[in-house]
Amino acid sequence: MSDPQHDPILDQAWVLSPSVALRPEPFGALAYHFGNRKLTFLKRRELVVLVETLGEHPDVRSALVAAGVPEVEYGAYCSALHSLAGTDMVRPRTREVAA
Amino acid sequence: MTAVQERPVGGSLVDQFELGLDAPICLTWELTYACNLECAHCLSSSGRRDPRELSTEQCEAVIDELQRMQVFYVNIGGGEPTIRPDFWHLLEYAVDHQVGVKFSTNGVRITPERARFLASTDYVDVQISLDGATAEVNDYVRGPGSYDTALTALRNLQEAGFEDAKISVVCTRENIGQLDEFKALADRFGATLRLTRLRPSGRGADVWDELHPLPGQQKVLYDWLIAHGEDVLTGDSFFHLAAFGEKLPGLNLCGAGRVVCLIDPVGDVYACPFAIHENFLAGNVLSDGGFQRVWQASELFTELRSPQTGGACAKCSFYDACRGGCMAAKFFTGLPLDGPDPECVRGLGESALAGERTVPPASRDHSKAAPTRNQPVMLTLLSRPPVSACAESPLADYAPGAPEQKGCCA
Ligand code: SF4
Ligand code: SF4
Repeated sequence: MSDPQHDPILDQAWVLSPSVALRPEPFGALAYHFGNRKLTFLKRRELVVLVETLGEHPDVRSALVAAGVPEVEYGAYCSALHSLAGTDMVRPRTREVAA
Repeated sequence: MTAVQERPVGGSLVDQFELGLDAPICLTWELTYACNLECAHCLSSSGRRDPRELSTEQCEAVIDELQRMQVFYVNIGGGEPTIRPDFWHLLEYAVDHQVGVKFSTNGVRITPERARFLASTDYVDVQISLDGATAEVNDYVRGPGSYDTALTALRNLQEAGFEDAKISVVCTRENIGQLDEFKALADRFGATLRLTRLRPSGRGADVWDELHPLPGQQKVLYDWLIAHGEDVLTGDSFFHLAAFGEKLPGLNLCGAGRVVCLIDPVGDVYACPFAIHENFLAGNVLSDGGFQRVWQASELFTELRSPQTGGACAKCSFYDACRGGCMAAKFFTGLPLDGPDPECVRGLGESALAGERTVPPASRDHSKAAPTRNQPVMLTLLSRPPVSACAESPLADYAPGAPEQKGCCA
């Protein structure tokens, strides 16, 4: 595997899936996907800020910077995004034009 | 709004769930106590409509509130919810207000036409109750004809193109041997199997001794779940079996009043659908300022979310996984709430059941006063004591214009 700190996703544009609603909870937030009915728990506030603001940034890296995530943790956040992508909670923005 | 309280950051989700959430994630809403069937083990002792059941407008107001609270989906049940004349309207109203619906039904109103409507609607999930993979086993507890009704509903859904219906099975002594058959049945209908635990709630209290799986069957069930657990749904049914070894998929804690709750047909809010008893009544959506107030501020729920002691279970090496099991199962068998589950896999429940205990009398009962032709054989075999004074009169159901009988619905 490549270096987790340099996951290619860092340079890609992503967005919170339009079918997902976030409900704030004391521990972070609960994400619900109205399409596939999956429920996911976002257990850190920084992760909540990150997924909420992904769409406002040109790439994941700048969203991480804006959310105040320290660089050493980028790897962990990238793998969180990958697993969220597995249930379409977040998705890459690039395909939209083609779709 | 969250009460500002000391709350540890991080930790496992289960730790967070124990402290409660701003809104439930497993909300059951029973729309009516009326039912066409008389299942022997009905968790809500349903049968007859309660005259105080919420009106259409009141139900819409509840849905509006759920939308504001971002309760993303609700499990609708009863009674038989589809026999409410406004059921289909409320279903659409909920979906239009971002409250997805999963409803449980015995299938009686799932006609080909309704099935087509359901297939065309997003955010609606249908769960058909079936407690035997054969008519013989099913109808013994659910009543004559109920197997055919359920299978017809499943066929109608499949033919209409409805995908992934759920078949919901209460695991009993009679059907543990049919787990593979249930799975095959679900596969045949393109459905997902859901297995749940028989709790001694409602009329379940009357038949629990006869129907709850025997210790050896618990192990069979556990092994089956370990082998198939990823493909079947179980909710929070079997975490007490985790003490056999591994944790099972599903919710591994008693979520009552923390992440789970029930709104009953008259708007009463209980800690759990299996805990319809005044001891677990948190308030009422009409008289206590709405569901959100009750959920976030009731005394009972605050207490359920406070740290609990493991009592007699605390020393058990399985406590982390099992957490003493199901509150409702303990309560309705007269066991202490901080002790072992009646089906504790270490056998501690059995010894507790053999000891001194007082089974609490039912505090809510909407059973039909006189048996009908839908009554399951099981009930006719049991010499069930009359549930209340009015049930003793064979004419109770036939007195025209009689005032609502006190004692049945109170
Ligand atoms: S009381 Fe039992 S059924 Fe209710 S939430 Fe707790 S474990 Fe589940
Ligand atoms: S003693 Fe308590 S914690 Fe241990 S297995 Fe039995 S019910 Fe579960």
